[in-house]
Amino acid sequence: MLSPEKGIGKWIEDRLPVFSIARHSLIDYPTPRNLNYWWNFGSLAGITLVIMIVTGIVLAMQYTPHVDMAFNSVERIMRDVNYGWLLRYLHMNGGTMFFIVVYIHIFRGLYYGSYKAPREILWWLGIVILLLMMATAFMGYVLPWGQMSFWGTTVITNMFSAVPLVGEDIVTWLWGGFTVGNATLNRFFSLHYLLPFVIVGVVLMHIWALHTVKSNNPLGIDMKGPQDSIPFHPYYTVKDNFGLGVFFFVYLTIVFFFPNFFGEPDNYIPANPMATPPHIVPEWYFLPFYAILRAVPDKLGGVIAMFASILILFVLPWLDRARVRSARFRPIYKQFFWLFLVDCFVLGWVGANPPEGMFVTIGQVATIYYFAHFLILLPLLGMFEKTRPLPESIAASVTSAAVTSSKG
Amino acid sequence: MATKAKAEKAATGEDGGSRRDFLILATSAVGATGAALAAWPLVDSMNPSADVLALSATEVDISPIEVGQAITIQWRGKPVFIRHRTADEIARAENTKLDELPDPQTDQDRVEKPQWLVLVGVCTHLGCIPLGQKVGEPRGDWGGWFCPCHGSHYDLSGRIRKGPAPKNLSVPPYTFLDDTMLRIG
Repeated sequence: MLSPEKGIGKWIEDRLPVFSIARHSLIDYPTPRNLNYWWNFGSLAGITLVIMIVTGIVLAMQYTPHVDMAFNSVERIMRDVNYGWLLRYLHMNGGTMFFIVVYIHIFRGLYYGSYKAPREILWWLGIVILLLMMATAFMGYVLPWGQMSFWGTTVITNMFSAVPLVGEDIVTWLWGGFTVGNATLNRFFSLHYLLPFVIVGVVLMHIWALHTVKSNNPLGIDMKGPQDSIPFHPYYTVKDNFGLGVFFFVYLTIVFFFPNFFGEPDNYIPANPMATPPHIVPEWYFLPFYAILRAVPDKLGGVIAMFASILILFVLPWLDRARVRSARFRPIYKQFFWLFLVDCFVLGWVGANPPEGMFVTIGQVATIYYFAHFLILLPLLGMFEKTRPLPESIAASVTSAAVTSSKG
Repeated sequence: MATKAKAEKAATGEDGGSRRDFLILATSAVGATGAALAAWPLVDSMNPSADVLALSATEVDISPIEVGQAITIQWRGKPVFIRHRTADEIARAENTKLDELPDPQTDQDRVEKPQWLVLVGVCTHLGCIPLGQKVGEPRGDWGGWFCPCHGSHYDLSGRIRKGPAPKNLSVPPYTFLDDTMLRIG
């Protein structure tokens, strides 16, 4: 093994300190000793990103971004390319897994108050990653050039026509024509290839910020000394690897046995610009936002509400005034957290159904509650909630009678 | 000596050290094997796909080719020369002495039927297509083919005679399905 103390290892280390950086951030990095399994999802998201990039690069070697050939080139990948079916299903369902993992990661942050000082920039970078992921996933969904690809793109890009005065011009510019067409497909392919690497860049900043402020933990209190922390390796490398095994079990079960569970059958019909499918739905991970879009009975208003539902996360650290981070010590917030989670599932359910009858009302109520959670409940909780006493330290909570106060 | 052996025993002995080493090694080995197996589909996807392999045999009707004529057809994306040789050309190819050849091979070894010469039309130097198929093209000093890229001369059996190419033009696998149909591949 190369050693930074002698020989070639030292020669490299003196010129580019890769060994000390790797040691500092992957081995010695002091991690709170009390992290639970909800803290596995950050590294899982990183690994999923790598899987998406690797499978994506080999798929791009076989794919043809042209309106006349895109659909057939995907079918060729499925039938003729060696393991093409596997690569495509890994990539397709990898997108689903990526969003599952990242949504859990985000709700973990919401529950344990990981967005609060001094982690605001860490939180912002996470939201930027989410936005980039959404753009990447949306553009990737266009590439197979099926009916849902075409009409999903048409609907989503048309949202920009809600912009006053220049809306129509913006949409024409996005399309590179007067409808979604070959120019649109080409630029979406280009950006779908580019954005994952931008995500990698933001992820590196995310990790940099994390290693500067250190990980939050289920107690939401700071590490006060070496007795509160354990080195990242081997403790969390082993734990992350165990989680990775569980993750692969779920992921590969989907890939091998239910590869089209999350997809839409209509996307196996080649794109037809002359016929809209009767019921257009986005991919499942966009459904809550789609419900918010449709809840507002005004074109521009709906688009604003949809973007606001994500952008509001940027100001969350200042909307939530409570100084206690973890929901374990916030009995009222804890209940509203679960209500908020249920609300997001309701929005997703509404988004998957046609905007008729009771779904309209439910969608509007759920949308109002979504924003009320951030704009009304959180500021009020910060003022009136009586929090439970925090343990003295992370070490004390596991070694003394303080255990009882940290349950939950 | 005794203390050294004792120290070694402590490092690798029954205190749990060797157990941990074994676990790390075994886990790493399983992990590395898994990674290698997972990498295989990625690598194999870059090999020729089923639709490409389906093009690996080409059938051609050789009945319209008159004596002295040559045609070029495509097989696996590469040009294949089919020449209907004259009696004189056959005689010249067969009577060549082996010690004149950089890559010695008899004409009989390179043909199924002497009048039909079938070659992959790719120069063995750096992959250009030699001239000599069409009337009026230079055919080199030995009346076969001449590669314009770096000046390799091939004879009437497609054997290299002069120039930088190291080997004779290769003979693709082919069979005569009947008197008029030739199957290449």
